[in-house]
Amino acid sequence: MPSERALKLMTIGTAAGLFSGLFGVGGGTVIVPLLVVWLGYDEREATGTSLAAIVFIAAFAAAVQGVYGNVHVLDALLIGIPAVGGVLFGTWLQQRMRVRALSLLFAAVLIASAVELLLE
Amino acid sequence: MIWLILIGVAAGVLGGLLGVGGGVLFVPGLVIVVGLTQHEAEATSLLAIVPVALVGAVRQNRYGNVRRDDALLVGVLSVAGVAGGVALANALSGTALRTAFAVLILLIAAQLVRKALRDEVGHAAADPLPRTGAGAGTSVRARGSE
Repeated sequence: MPSERALKLMTIGTAAGLFSGLFGVGGGTVIVPLLVVWLGYDEREATGTSLAAIVFIAAFAAAVQGVYGNVHVLDALLIGIPAVGGVLFGTWLQQRMRVRALSLLFAAVLIASAVELLLE
Repeated sequence: MIWLILIGVAAGVLGGLLGVGGGVLFVPGLVIVVGLTQHEAEATSLLAIVPVALVGAVRQNRYGNVRRDDALLVGVLSVAGVAGGVALANALSGTALRTAFAVLILLIAAQLVRKALRDEVGHAAADPLPRTGAGAGTSVRARGSE
């Protein structure tokens, strides 16, 4: 039943789009679990497919935000392009170390950021 | 300018290590360090995500991990949701949006902690695991931790 499947994919796209547009993130937080739970993806395929979908989602969302005049293009490039190198290094490093302690440290960074944002 | 590059590199490394998307780090970095408004930070983060996701997708595709037809459908059919989400973001005040975002990253932090603790419990079988720490036993471990 391809139509039911298409409907599920459309629902995932819509939910991820809402999430991405509202929060300025890619939407992987929404897409990955839904691909796993609804469509039986394994986690690797879900992550890979999610990344490819995010290229479109983030580009659309950035374009719409551009209409509102909120995008700082130079800042985005200065962050986004070095981040590509960072991701490649991070992925390489991940194969070579235990990341559990780092996860906890990073969770602490997120909590500190949240507090900072709430106090701002 | 140096701050932007540093945020990019740091967010990229952490994202690659922990399987967290760039936006979760770009947005607070742009607000707290660079001083953009929440709206500007979110918009700028979205554009910054594009090259990161593109390179990631190309690599994953090489490993055979991308179902291209599905990705295209999800991506293209996101348009209505995207338009709605961006409109909603711009209808909210900076404070409301910042608060909502803070709650979001708190939830992601909680998820990371839970996953880290779960991996500790089940890590007998698990040596350096890719991305989200997901191995063959993920679902079993997930259930076991509940």
